Amino acid sequence: MKNIRFLLIGILFGTVLTKSEAVSWFRIQEMFRFQSFHMYGIIGSAIAVGMLSIWLIKKFKIKAVNGEEIKIADKEFNKGQIIGGTIFGMGWALSGACPGPLYSLVGSGYYLIFVVIISAIFGTWLYSYFKPKLPH
Amino acid sequence: MLELLKQPWPWYISGPIIGISIPLLLIFGNKILGISSSFRHTCAAVAPFNIQFLKYNWKSEIWNMFFVLGIFIGGFVGGVLLNNGEAVKISEATISDIKSLGINSFDGLIPSDVFNWNTLLSVKGVFIMVFGGIMIGFGSRYAGGCTSGHAIMGISNLQWPSLIAVIFFFIGGLLMTHFIAPFIYQL
Repeated sequence: MKNIRFLLIGILFGTVLTKSEAVSWFRIQEMFRFQSFHMYGIIGSAIAVGMLSIWLIKKFKIKAVNGEEIKIADKEFNKGQIIGGTIFGMGWALSGACPGPLYSLVGSGYYLIFVVIISAIFGTWLYSYFKPKLPH
Repeated sequence: MLELLKQPWPWYISGPIIGISIPLLLIFGNKILGISSSFRHTCAAVAPFNIQFLKYNWKSEIWNMFFVLGIFIGGFVGGVLLNNGEAVKISEATISDIKSLGINSFDGLIPSDVFNWNTLLSVKGVFIMVFGGIMIGFGSRYAGGCTSGHAIMGISNLQWPSLIAVIFFFIGGLLMTHFIAPFIYQL
C-alpha cells in the first residue's frame, strides 16, 4: 500500500522528536525562558537541513519517485499568522507541546495527552466554524 | 549500539534528522511537511456540519493521517522501547523556575503532578490540558500551520509569512510563560 511510506517517515519523525526530548514539557519551559540552546539547536539545524534539501531539489529539478515534478505552494500572508500565531504560541507554552509531540507523547504512554489532542481538534473545529467572521 | 540509542539524542543529530523528513516527504510522496492539518482532516471526516472550511475531499489527504499515526508509533519507539528511564536534563535555572510554579516531579517527559487525571478535573488542569489544546488547534489553523508547517517547512522554503508566524508563536509563548501561566499554576 502506497501510504506505508508516510507511516515509516512518521515513525522516524516521532522517534527523533521523542529521543531529542523536543516532546518534553520541561524542554519547552526551558526554551521559552532562554535557559538552554537545546531546542534552538534542534529547530535551527532542522531548518538548515530542510533549506539545503529544498534548494538542491529546486536547483537540480529533482522529481518525486512517481515522476511528478516537485511543487511547493507559497504560503500566503494574512492576519492569521499574527493573531492565530500568538494564540498557538500561548497554547504551545501552556500545554508544553505542539501538534507533533502531542501524538508522540500519547505513543510514549502519556495517555492523558489524548485529552489535549481532542481539545486541539475541537479548537480546529471552532476555527473552521468562526472563520468567516474572523479577520484575515 | 542499543545503549547509545537509548541516550537522549543531541540536537546536532536530532535536528538534522527532523530536517531530512522534508526531502523524504517531497521525494517519496510529493507531500509537504505539516502536522496540524491532521486536526482539520479529522474535523472534516467526523463533524463537517456544512462548514465551508471543512467541505473538501479529506480522503485525498489520508497520507497525512498515516504520517501522524507513524509519529504516534515513533513515540512508542522513542519513549518506550528506547527509554533510558532518566529525567530530562534541563538546566538548573529551569528546574528552580519550575519548582516556583509548585511543580516537584521531574521524572519522565512531562511533570506527573500537573498531567494526571485528578488535575484534569480541576480548574488548573482544564486550563492547561483543555484550553491549551483548544488554543493549539484554533491558533495553528488560523495561522495556517504549526511548528512543523511554518517553522521547519515554511522557513526552509524561504516563506516570509512563515517567519512572521514563527515570530508570533514566540511572542505568544513568551506572554504565556512569563505573564499568564504563573497565575494559572496558582489556581
